[in-house]
Amino acid sequence: MMPTIGNAQIKLLEKLCNASAVSGDEGEVRSLVVEQIKGHVDEVKVDALGNVLATRKGTGEKRLRVMLSAHMDEVGFMLVADEGEGLFRFETIGGMDLRQLPGKAVLVGREHLPGVIGARPIHLTTREERRQKIPLEALRIDIGPGNDKIKPGARAVFATRFQRSGPAILSKALDDRLGVATLVELLKQPPAGIDLLAAFTVQEEIGLRGAQVAAYAFNPDLGIAVDATPALDLPDWDGEENVSYNTRLGAGPAIYIADGATYSDPRLVRWLAGTGDALKIPYQFRQPGGGGTDAGAIHKARAGVPSISVSTPHRYSHTAISVARLEDWKNTFALLHAALARLTPEILAGERA
Amino acid sequence: MTELLPFLKELLSAPGLSGYEDPAARIIENKWRPLVHEISRGKLGSLHGLRSGTGQEPRPSVMVAAHMDGIGMMVTGITDGFLRITPVGGLDGRVLPGTPVTVYASGTSGGSSGLPGVVAQPSARLLPQEEQDDPVALEHLFVDTGLLPRKITELVRIGDLVSFAQPPVELSGETLSGHSLDNRASVAALTFCLEELQARPHAWDVWAVASSQEEVGTKGASGSSFELRPTIAIVVDVTFAKGPGASEWYAFPLGKGPVIALGPNIHPALQKAMKELAEKLEIPHALEFTPTDTGTDGWATQVSAEGIPTLVMGIPLRYMHTAVEMVALKDIQRAGRLMAEFIASLGLDFMEKIVWDK
Repeated sequence: MMPTIGNAQIKLLEKLCNASAVSGDEGEVRSLVVEQIKGHVDEVKVDALGNVLATRKGTGEKRLRVMLSAHMDEVGFMLVADEGEGLFRFETIGGMDLRQLPGKAVLVGREHLPGVIGARPIHLTTREERRQKIPLEALRIDIGPGNDKIKPGARAVFATRFQRSGPAILSKALDDRLGVATLVELLKQPPAGIDLLAAFTVQEEIGLRGAQVAAYAFNPDLGIAVDATPALDLPDWDGEENVSYNTRLGAGPAIYIADGATYSDPRLVRWLAGTGDALKIPYQFRQPGGGGTDAGAIHKARAGVPSISVSTPHRYSHTAISVARLEDWKNTFALLHAALARLTPEILAGERA
Repeated sequence: MTELLPFLKELLSAPGLSGYEDPAARIIENKWRPLVHEISRGKLGSLHGLRSGTGQEPRPSVMVAAHMDGIGMMVTGITDGFLRITPVGGLDGRVLPGTPVTVYASGTSGGSSGLPGVVAQPSARLLPQEEQDDPVALEHLFVDTGLLPRKITELVRIGDLVSFAQPPVELSGETLSGHSLDNRASVAALTFCLEELQARPHAWDVWAVASSQEEVGTKGASGSSFELRPTIAIVVDVTFAKGPGASEWYAFPLGKGPVIALGPNIHPALQKAMKELAEKLEIPHALEFTPTDTGTDGWATQVSAEGIPTLVMGIPLRYMHTAVEMVALKDIQRAGRLMAEFIASLGLDFMEKIVWDK
């Protein structure tokens, strides 16, 4: 039977999404990962930056060493100054749109203490003011007065909880808990003919820093970043065709040809697309453009590593609630599993063009 | 207050947008039924509860009103399964992107069950030039439920309501955050007042009113005060608490008691009586100076019929008209207690003692 994503995997995704793991403070997700993969891997270690590096060896001769990377960190906040009465100045960590912050609930620190980011009442604003973005300096994280447990330095995340609705998943941090859950499942149901080098990385959102040292340590034959990519598939305001959608929900996993950090190895593009075509697994090509994944660091490791990225599309990345389709995640897992199962060293001997 | 918290949290989880208050009204009605002698609905949907006084008939009556309607959004159109929205009540579009909402879909096959969704801000290239890096106009935002377009067409109708979905959260220092605390915090204060009155004899009749349509122009209170024709009225609403974005004279510290308004909207003798009572009872409070319109149901109530002597009280609230409004539970309790004490203090000759310009 083809391994697939079922209720147990969705349950794990929920736990992962609801965990707090801002770049540099990934402990909660790290603990979940280590607990999940224990007994399914030949080796596991936590490196100097906090990456979880796990190896699961395959069977047979001449096995490729394939590094798969999924980042554990999410965008979030750090409290930087205590102004008293439960009010804290904060900074954002990772790429965030300030327009997404006012009026949101957050969870602060390891204790997941509730807090809110408010905004000036509309009654006190002028029309002119409402045309301007609310600057970060005007926002506070408010946890209520009289709590002395929370100190500057604490991290905070959006408080929204994982939810399913029809074909959709609504959650914070789908970028990249989708990838983390995928990678956990690949370790549990591994394709046989390769050595699977799984890197659950830290600090992706602030510059692919975990992947950089993980790729050096693993020294793989090829690298695949398993991530979540924005689907910008909303209607254009003036009714014109949306030609800059990046990816679309429902069209399957997004195979990268080129993003802002990496030109994918064309042999790997053909291998993944060919697998999808042969096995009738839906996939889409991510529109070549900006952005970046762990592949941006992996392909430059040591003497260079042929690399590619595969992402599950999701809307409203880096906000309080992203929206993804369960079907796209299932197909991401199916495509990766099937492609890895048919991977042989010959791929790296093939023509690039 | 511990008993009121579950009631308030339940009330905050109900939609009850302006003009569609029934879900909130039902919860309030259940809570009030054992606390009043008669209960009915006004012509515009306000809830009227009567506690009869002990004085001889015909007795004077005091209306104590708090609006129960909340702000939100309404569906104006559907494009490729995405919902276009317009505000119900005063909404700063800048607090909406990324906000969890519930769409109350009226389509037959779905009943009126709530669909989870989020206010979606399209990516820069899908917006007009001037909104690419600046606040996005409400008409360019969408609500996304994640459902497929054909399902949305089946379930959602133009005019369907969209409510904030932020669940109420208890913060430190006995504060509570959530949507629609404006003005359900005051409904809770009014409920606390009714509970206090169970053990306090009062000569006057008390009309407890949870009014409708305040956020769209104080419509419910206007109809209720005309219909009930109280001798005097106390309106309780939220006011600005000191905090981010509100630091000046018009804002009051959170948790330091309710405010008693002073200005043309308020009958000076009532104002003086309540202030003196608060001082006598040592109930923490502050004076709120309202040079013209209080922006509450009191403004409409005062000019109802031949005119009604009106008092306006406020409960300080942070982040008004966002999904994370914030209030101190103590202030709710104190406002409720002060109202109850005031009502219990009203003698049958109270009105005769009011003399202008003395």
